[in-house]
Amino acid sequence: MKSYRTILAPMAAIIVFLILWELLVWANGWPNYKMASPSDLWPAFWEFRGLFFEYGWDTLWRTVAGLFLAVLTGVFLGMVMGLSRMARDALYPLLVGFNAIPKATIVPVLALILVGMDDLNTVLIAFLISFFPIAVSVSIGLSTLEPEYRDILRALGASPTTIFIKIALPKTLPEFFGALKIAVTLAFIGTNLMEIVEPHGKGLGHLFDSGKINADYPLMFAVLIALACLGILLYYIVVALEWVFAGWAERE
Amino acid sequence: MPVPAVTPTTESIEGCAQIELRDVSHAFAVEGGTLPVLDELSLRVKKNELTSVVGPSGCGKSTLTRLISGLIKPDSGEIFLAGDKVVSPRPTVGMAFQNPVMLEWRNVLMNVILPLEIVAPDMPRNKREERALELLSMVSLEGFEDKRPSELSGGMRQRVSLCRALVHDPDVLILDEPFGALDAFTREELWGVMYNLRRIRPFTCLLITHDLRESVFLSDHIVVLSQRPAKVQYTTNVDLGEDRQVRDLYAPKVTGLLTELRQHIEIAQDKNR
Repeated sequence: MKSYRTILAPMAAIIVFLILWELLVWANGWPNYKMASPSDLWPAFWEFRGLFFEYGWDTLWRTVAGLFLAVLTGVFLGMVMGLSRMARDALYPLLVGFNAIPKATIVPVLALILVGMDDLNTVLIAFLISFFPIAVSVSIGLSTLEPEYRDILRALGASPTTIFIKIALPKTLPEFFGALKIAVTLAFIGTNLMEIVEPHGKGLGHLFDSGKINADYPLMFAVLIALACLGILLYYIVVALEWVFAGWAERE
Repeated sequence: MPVPAVTPTTESIEGCAQIELRDVSHAFAVEGGTLPVLDELSLRVKKNELTSVVGPSGCGKSTLTRLISGLIKPDSGEIFLAGDKVVSPRPTVGMAFQNPVMLEWRNVLMNVILPLEIVAPDMPRNKREERALELLSMVSLEGFEDKRPSELSGGMRQRVSLCRALVHDPDVLILDEPFGALDAFTREELWGVMYNLRRIRPFTCLLITHDLRESVFLSDHIVVLSQRPAKVQYTTNVDLGEDRQVRDLYAPKVTGLLTELRQHIEIAQDKNR
């Protein structure tokens, strides 16, 4: 019953989605250059399979690197804001403002400053777009810790470091992973944004761009599907990590 | 000249106050001035005795627990635990609160062990577990050591919280309305658990409560505090003998004491009207 729910049900949903898509294209009689249908995707993928794997790897590692930076920075900022009221008051508006800037506008700026350093500026965009939710949820997790939690250990003379390691850190893990699930998707968007807006011959974004230039719609859609698959892969890696490190927070 | 049967030295050990407050005053800084909470409060709890502190809501009872445990410092006056002046938190205190916060990522056993990790980091693991298991069985939670806190009821969590407060063998136990959030029957059940725990393994305890029956059932002495800023308004001894039962609380002999306490609470509430 459980395997039916967790494996077969989502597969069925995907198949139904693909059938509806195919029907939509067929019913409207859309040609290939207007809207590709699912049956066009596999040939397009097979034709460029080498590029898919090469560029897929570019996209993947740069996303993960950006996410890694976002985790370091986000956790640090979250700790500072969560433990100091003053820091929270000081930094919050700045972060909100920064987060509100559409990252597409930063792409040309970064590309200009770090001209030629394609990997670095792609990683940076992935990082810039994804650290905010991590910083916010870690700071909320820390600042909403019930005072009793702290008092149990503080009344015994425990140091702030001990209290942080034994209580604040593990207590904040569910919030952290909740944010990481959002951040991983954002980082992925950031990577592709750089790859598409400032094409530099790398990543799935570049492959999408070549499809566009050649009016190869099946290729473009095949790239979209490949992106979706990579996104799902990254997301579920985070879910697995969450289960390992913060599985206790799940209610049966 | 005959030698006195009890020498002064022995008496001072026997009757030594484990908890002593001398003229403790405390105020909180609020917008536009200070809010006095405690006003020259003095009280003593002798070794292995339990004193309840009751009083109107917001009279500073919880501030009292934070002062005794050294989490905050009084503006004036002195606090002594086992004869030592309290200047900072110390490992010889155990605390339990109305909210029995549990570390949800640890099982029951590891929650109970937590204070030992701070105050006795060198104690071997099996020794720690032995102590925790012994306490858990005293509160009838044997077999629950591997459960997650989320699997426990409110009453069970509070039992675990009591074990955690006692696992490092504190000189004094400070309880801040520990049964306040429980339903009436669970509360009475836990009074029994607490009472038996003290009979098997005596400890000095200051219990903050707003439940007069609870204070009568569990205490050797009861202190009624006045409205904020709190002073000791009234103290009384509870002479219910050794073998107390929760059902005795509904017997006529207790009613007199409860009525008396109720009157003093009313006086305390009226004072500042």
